[in-house]
Amino acid sequence: MTKFSPLSEFQATGDGHYQLAPFRFSPLDNERYVITNQAGEYSVQPRSVVAALVRHELKPSDSAYSRLRSKHFLFDSSSTIGPVMLATKVRTKAKRLANFTALHIMVMSLRCEHSCPYCQVSRQSEDRSAFDMTKETAEKALGLIFQSPSPAIKIEFQGGEPLLNFDLIRFVVEKAESINEVEKRSLQFVITTNLAVVTNQIFEYCKEHDILISTSLDGPAKLHNANRPRPGKNSYELAIEGIHRARAALGHERVSALMTTTKASLGMGREIIDEYVRMHFPGIFLRPLSPYGFAVKTKWYASYDTESWVDFYFDGLEYIIELNRRGTPFIEFYASTILTKMLTPFEPDYVDLMSPAGIGISAVVYNYDGDVYASDEARMLAEMGDKSFRLGNVHRNTYAEIFTSDALLDPIEQSFAGSAPMCSECAFEPFCGSEPVFHKATQDDFVGLKTRSSFCYRNMAIFKRLIGLMEEDPSIRELFMGWTR
Amino acid sequence: MLALSGFATWTNVDGGSPKALLRLSTDSVVDASDRQHDAYLFRGGPVSPDYEWVVTFERFRADVEAARTSGKFIVLPNHFEYLAGGDVIRFVPGRKAVRVLFRASANANYFLTTERCNHYCLMCSQPPKDVDDGWLADEICEAIPLLPTATPFLGITGGEPTIIGEPFFRILSKARDHLPNTPVHILSNGRSFSDTAFARRYAQIGHGALSVGIPLYAADPEIHDYVVQSKGAFDETIAGIMNLKSLGQEVEIRVVVHKQTYKGLTELSEFIFRNLTFVDHVTFMGLEITGFTRANMDSLWIDPYDYRSELRNAVRYLAAARMNVSVYNHQLCVLDGSIHALAKQSISDWKNEYVAECEGCTKKDECGGFFASSKIARSAHISPFLS
Repeated sequence: MTKFSPLSEFQATGDGHYQLAPFRFSPLDNERYVITNQAGEYSVQPRSVVAALVRHELKPSDSAYSRLRSKHFLFDSSSTIGPVMLATKVRTKAKRLANFTALHIMVMSLRCEHSCPYCQVSRQSEDRSAFDMTKETAEKALGLIFQSPSPAIKIEFQGGEPLLNFDLIRFVVEKAESINEVEKRSLQFVITTNLAVVTNQIFEYCKEHDILISTSLDGPAKLHNANRPRPGKNSYELAIEGIHRARAALGHERVSALMTTTKASLGMGREIIDEYVRMHFPGIFLRPLSPYGFAVKTKWYASYDTESWVDFYFDGLEYIIELNRRGTPFIEFYASTILTKMLTPFEPDYVDLMSPAGIGISAVVYNYDGDVYASDEARMLAEMGDKSFRLGNVHRNTYAEIFTSDALLDPIEQSFAGSAPMCSECAFEPFCGSEPVFHKATQDDFVGLKTRSSFCYRNMAIFKRLIGLMEEDPSIRELFMGWTR
Repeated sequence: MLALSGFATWTNVDGGSPKALLRLSTDSVVDASDRQHDAYLFRGGPVSPDYEWVVTFERFRADVEAARTSGKFIVLPNHFEYLAGGDVIRFVPGRKAVRVLFRASANANYFLTTERCNHYCLMCSQPPKDVDDGWLADEICEAIPLLPTATPFLGITGGEPTIIGEPFFRILSKARDHLPNTPVHILSNGRSFSDTAFARRYAQIGHGALSVGIPLYAADPEIHDYVVQSKGAFDETIAGIMNLKSLGQEVEIRVVVHKQTYKGLTELSEFIFRNLTFVDHVTFMGLEITGFTRANMDSLWIDPYDYRSELRNAVRYLAAARMNVSVYNHQLCVLDGSIHALAKQSISDWKNEYVAECEGCTKKDECGGFFASSKIARSAHISPFLS
């Protein structure tokens, strides 16, 4: 009756007749390599397989062959659609570039009633309006913001403590809303505040205008208060009370918190995470100190090395995985960003982990005095006297002058990881960023020598650990899939 | 299992007259607008003289003849007694052949558009025949206006429905015009849509709720091509899916799980998410032991219990990736508990049955049950949930 052909009739002839798609490889450990394609798909293979692959010696009968073909590491005569699919995936990853700047940070005031020694912003304690943004400056900034081609605009109010200039926040919100009646973009506001000076009226206003709250929470009371001195020594109590009030007024998920790791935090990872779980946050961002502002001046930045931070991070990550396994859904947000790059076709918007760098493209900062900076870190660096990333001033420059300034384009071009020394060959490049501001701050160079870069060290360690965990245990891979966005 | 075809006897019908599509009605009044297609379904009682056709069953033969002496009668074997008002049958007087085309109470009605196909799948449940069956499309176009406007779902199947060309679009246009609120699901291997002009023509039908269910059996092109027995199938199927989605059309990917495909499920699920993230639904189907499957049992059959971890991993992965994923045609007791919520009752009701082991099972109502054909081979691990 029926005639069916055997599998062999559908198989490629084999014996090296395959084409290699562009890919990169880096060692994961002594025996295994991580290989990645342009779309950020990875595969972990023994050294012998990678060697055979590049020598065109991998046989269709080798167990890795089919897998590498379906992930588009190699193309052969069995299919011609591979390059089209790979191109589609690369295009999907690069799609964000077309939208240009979506996040606009406005520094309402440099004043703050906290005096955190690890402050990366270099706050001003004097009650002087010299460090407040003016209405005129805000208006000019808004004019630039709405020239962005992005269909979504997020305006984030920062400081210092931006609530110390709350009248200006109101002015900006209402002005932006009125401009948006014509523009019809997706418009969102965030206030980054320590919640110490917040009033019920402010919450009421946030509710009316759909404003999100982002606050600082470093961990349990003792740690938080030690990290974040203020008159009254009650930073923690005010933050916790503020979070409760904010949630009651705005809704639980409209309030988020950020932690910063200090030397005192290092031994307290699990308590810090417990604090976030206890406060019913969906996750935590285990964030190292950055080399800017008071953090450098007070030597807090130098108080622990990257190795110690990485140990702290991994211990926290392990604990969070444990929590998940015990039925508490909880995410580490930095891992979540990286895992989204590793495990999904999408590219999350996170300025530090972008190449070309996210500076200016993904976020831009309007400082209190009208100066425009390429990123939050860029204005922190400027407060320390290095204005390399100052793109212009809202009063004196046009949108085109600012966003095509050499101060923006040079560092973006130089730091592009796809062609930067050591990055261009690194298997982890599709997951990583270029961070020209960090490297300018630490090595006085937009690119930096990667062997001396703690940014590189830290991220490589995390990439390897995340992949290692997923290779060890498929259930972790499934769990991590749930962390992606 | 319901028998959907058989032979009838007739009275007062010219044996040489053409086939008739008849919409069964239990109303005493007939809609004057479409009398030639309306038949009174007789189960006793009076018959309105307005009806040209009367359809009944063997055991009512004497009653109907007493109730009405003239007019056309069709007497069906008693096994057709499940028929009810709103159902549509085809009757060919010369051959006395009857086929049920549409059952108003069915959870899914599928129209067979052609028996021809450009695939020759190892497990084809409807083995292709190279015959000239262009009349099928004409018949479907004739039948669609007879269906109730509230028809909840319509399936288009084959063979490969798209290879009939223009009549394929005619059927869809009919559905658009007569059943604008009825979702239409097409089972196609997707290859025709790799032709951009064809895909565009399809999108231009402008039906509000069209979807195509396209099988993809492996991330490995060789395995896929082998399963469907056609070289180059993988490439055209993928290109078809991409074309359809770029035109904003709804696409479901269907994966039949068997001995040739289960090992690659994890890889396939990852391939789908990374490359075809934009599809609307991914479904994993159990094997139906019919058609070619029976000829290829050795190379196809595997106890679903033995691939439960592969299936679980693939399904959980896609669910974690927030894709819309379902499991069809599986018994709950052979599936990993973590994917029970994604298992749907999907076997067409007319071929769904349960077995002795299911006695007392508390999850019967949520279970996919069995294809009637599963008597030939079914899992050795069927056991009732008792609690």
